[in-house]
This record gives sequence, structure tokens and C-alpha cells, in this order.
Amino acid sequence: MNQTAPHVTPAYPIERIRADFPALHQEVHGKPLVYLDNAASAQKPRQVIDTLAEFYARDFANVHRGVHTLSERATARYEGARDKVRGFLNAARMEEIVFVRGTTEAINLVAQSYGRTNLKAGDEVLITAMEHHSNIVPWQMVCRQTGAKLKVAPINDQGELILDEFEKLLGPRTRVVAVSHMSNALGTVNPVEEIIAMAHAHGAVVLLDGAQAAPHIPPVDVQALDCDFYAFSGHKLYGPTGIGVLYGKCELLEAMPPWQGGGEMIRKVTFEETEYKALPYKFEAGTPAIAEAVGLGAAIDYMDSIGHAAIVAHEQELLRYATERALEIPGLRVVGTAAHKESVLSFTLDRVHPHDIGTFLDHFGVAVRAGHHCAMPVMDFFQVPATARASFALYNTHEEADQLIYAIKEIIKVFG
Amino acid sequence: MLDELRDLYQEVVFDHNRNPRNFRVIEDADHKIEGYNPLCGDRLTLYIKLDGDTIADISFQGQGCAISTASASLMTEIVKGKTLAEAEKLFDAFHKIVTGQSDDLKLEGLGKLAVLAGVRQYPSRIKCATLAWHSLESALTGEAKSVSTE
Repeated sequence: MNQTAPHVTPAYPIERIRADFPALHQEVHGKPLVYLDNAASAQKPRQVIDTLAEFYARDFANVHRGVHTLSERATARYEGARDKVRGFLNAARMEEIVFVRGTTEAINLVAQSYGRTNLKAGDEVLITAMEHHSNIVPWQMVCRQTGAKLKVAPINDQGELILDEFEKLLGPRTRVVAVSHMSNALGTVNPVEEIIAMAHAHGAVVLLDGAQAAPHIPPVDVQALDCDFYAFSGHKLYGPTGIGVLYGKCELLEAMPPWQGGGEMIRKVTFEETEYKALPYKFEAGTPAIAEAVGLGAAIDYMDSIGHAAIVAHEQELLRYATERALEIPGLRVVGTAAHKESVLSFTLDRVHPHDIGTFLDHFGVAVRAGHHCAMPVMDFFQVPATARASFALYNTHEEADQLIYAIKEIIKVFG
Repeated sequence: MLDELRDLYQEVVFDHNRNPRNFRVIEDADHKIEGYNPLCGDRLTLYIKLDGDTIADISFQGQGCAISTASASLMTEIVKGKTLAEAEKLFDAFHKIVTGQSDDLKLEGLGKLAVLAGVRQYPSRIKCATLAWHSLESALTGEAKSVSTE
């Protein structure tokens, strides 16, 4: 067996990239940190951290309401970040980019605003069996409120959506299809082009949950995909927490009512009635996460500076290598073996509970997630209480994958 | 094994994880309660048979990590034959030790439970060690049909 891992693509500047991430250069329990919990949240490059510090130190003020210089600077940077997101998703217009707290809030916005307006008793919302709770619960809530029915398209033993079954569940009553672009628990990348075409043929709008996909299968082109809504979070994309994005087609967003009321989203208020601002401000009540939006813009710049194709190629090679070596370990079961998957290696071990795996790996410096990954129905489907999940990012290396494999073998020795 | 982990994973823990004691169903139990830790998906069902205010028999079944399985196994061993008041006192002492509120590991009657004291160094694992105990507490106070450590 080859232990030396000479697979690093020469063109990929991994050392320079790693140097950008201060958090990676520390020891945990006396071992170099191997951070493989990226599907939960990614570490931040110096470029993002510095942007936040520099923004707060020089340009910070509230946006859109000040006539003074700092407010104008802050507004320009906040709107500049919106334009970067527009470019990142290749959206046609800035008005289609709504800043929210994260993926979960984006999905709740669509469920409560679009859903409550357009769903009635007997209508159907179609999701898949691989969704995480953020793309299940908001739909359950709006279905309860409107009398609509939640339908769930099944997956197969590899963790892939069964496309024939999905299509059979589409009908004249299907109003909304909400699907993860990439599964957080399994790594599966869904055939979203086909899903969107099928859904549109039945007159349904499609929301893609891009929380995992945006960092790991960029670039996402919402115009080429023709999705109606796209949601993602800043913190998984090497940006700050508390900032995320809802993309929506202009004509849909225009027709949707605001879902939160208050400052920033109004044009005129009397006690009798309120006129709302135009898009996207109609959906941005209250003071937004200004610095976080600017930080997200810096994260997008950072990914652009490496190149999306290079990032994807590097992560694919890492996942291939780690999976191959993991499968050599007797008693290790990979949960989620889709033909098209990215970044995520979810696994269980015979006789060792994932929670124990997590604690032991931590003592080897290896940070993974152990649990149900907020996707309890997925765990039920695979009949496991939980999995250990290693998830790779643009800064991970083959040597780190080797450390993961080494630590797993040590755990098995201890547990016997 | 890594030295620092020995505090948490002592031989007694491995032993009770591999061969949990009282791992069975009590058909005519007076109390049956489901315990669940949504953080990691651990589940256990606790069965209790009382004789007056004495725990005549106690058993569990379920699926969990080494810490939660060993804790449940040790708990059933130690509270069997004890009165409800004695079990309550043990729970209190055990809870204080695993949450780091007490260092008194020599408390009377604590016995092998002291092996779980290392959990206090691992805040994310305290719930694993206390799941069975919270279930016992809940069963005896009759507060709920199921108990969750979240």
C-alpha cells in the first residue's frame, strides 16, 4: 500500500492557501489540528478576518440612512458585497439578492412569504428524503398553516435521489419543490438540472438549498440552472456567521409579501398603512449584518482568487483518496456512496459508536462531526443512530486524510 | 491508548460497553421509560420493578456510545436493591461528580461509578453519562413518559 500520498496537484498552491488560514496552525491535544468539520462550518482566511477588522476600524456606520461620509462608505461596501454575490451566483440583477442570516432563514422566508401566499389546502410541497432539518421543518410549518401536504421523494441505498420516483410524485397540485443541491450528511450532489426541468414542467417553483453546494461545487449559475430560489450561508463559504443569501427570481420576489416588518424595509408608514421599499430591501427589515455581508464579499473574492475549477478538482481528489483509504479498513462502512458526491466522507465503525469515534479522533487532533448532522430522517433510512463525518475544504491535504485514517485504525485497536 | 483518554475510557468502561449488565427486558416492569439524547441519537429504554419503595429489579436496552452504555450498565448494578431515597442520593452525588461540582469520589456507595468521573473533562460527553440517570429520575418521579437530555 502506498503511504506517501504523492497526489498533490502541482498547480494547486496548497501551502500558500494554508498560510492564509490562521486557525489551521495550532495544536489540539499536542497534535497538529486536522480540521475536517467543514460541512458544519469552515475556517476563515486572513483576507476575510482582515476585511472585518478594517471595515470596523474605518468604514463602519449604519447603511442606507445616513447622509454622512461613513454611512455612504458602509452603504457602498454593503451594496458592493451584494454585487459580488450576484456575480458569484450569476444572477441577472442585484435586486434578486436578499441578505439574510443564513440558509435556514432564507428557506423560512420562502416558506412563509411565498408558501403562505401561494399554498392552499390540497396543494403539495415536494422535498427529498436526504434533506436536513432546515429544508424539512419550514415546509412542515407552512403545510400545517395552509393545509398543504408535504411529500418526500425516496433515496436509494447509495444515498441518491430515485429520479423516477421523484417524477412520479410531481403532479398538478405540486406548487413547490425544495431540494438540497448537495447533501450535508451524505455528500450526494443532486441532478438539479433534471429536477428543475421536471418540476417546471408541472408548474412548480424550485428552491435549491445550496448550503453545502455553494462552497464545494462552485460556480453556481442560477440563470443556467433556471432555479427559482437559491439559498446559502456565509460561514460554510469561508465567510462570517450570521450572513446568508436568498436568491429569487425578480418576478417571484416582487409578488411576495414581506415576512418581517420594521425599519429598513419601509418606504412610508402611517398608523393606517405602510408602503414597502422595492427589492431587495422589502425583505431586509432592521439593521442588516453589514460587516458580515462585507466579509462574505471578501470570502467570495478569496475563492475567486484561487479559482473555482481548481478548488473543485482539489477537493474531489482529496475525497477520492480518503474514501479509497477508508474502504481498506475492515469494519468501516461509508454511509452515502452516490456516484456524484463531493467533500463529505460519512462513516460508521463496527463496535465503536460515532460519539466515541469523535472523542478519540479529537485526541489525534482530527476534528470531525459525530451525530445525525441535523438530518435525522437520513440516519433512520440507513438504520444508524449517527455517523462520524469528515468533510474536506479547499485547505485540506492528503497528509491530513492520512492522519484521519491512521487515527481510525488506532481507535479500532483500542476498541478491539 | 492515548494517556489523556484513560481518564475517560477506563477498562471498566470498556468492559461494561462490551458486556452491559442487566441488558434485557423486564416483562412485568412497574416503570418503563424511554431516554433519548438527540445530540448523538443515543436511545435507551429503562425497566424498573419495585417492591414497596425498594428497586427490586432494573434493566435497560438500547443503543449508545461506550460512555452512555457503561453508565447505564453500572447504574443498574448499583441501584438494584436500593431504596428510592438511596437511589436519589446516588443520582445527586453522581451528577455532582460528572458535572465537576464535587471532587468527593469516595462518597459512600458510589463504588465503580467513580470511573465515570473523567467525563467532567469532556463537557460534550456529560449528557452521555447522565442519560440513564435522568431516565431513572424521571421514571421514579413520574414526570414524563420519555426523557431527553437536550
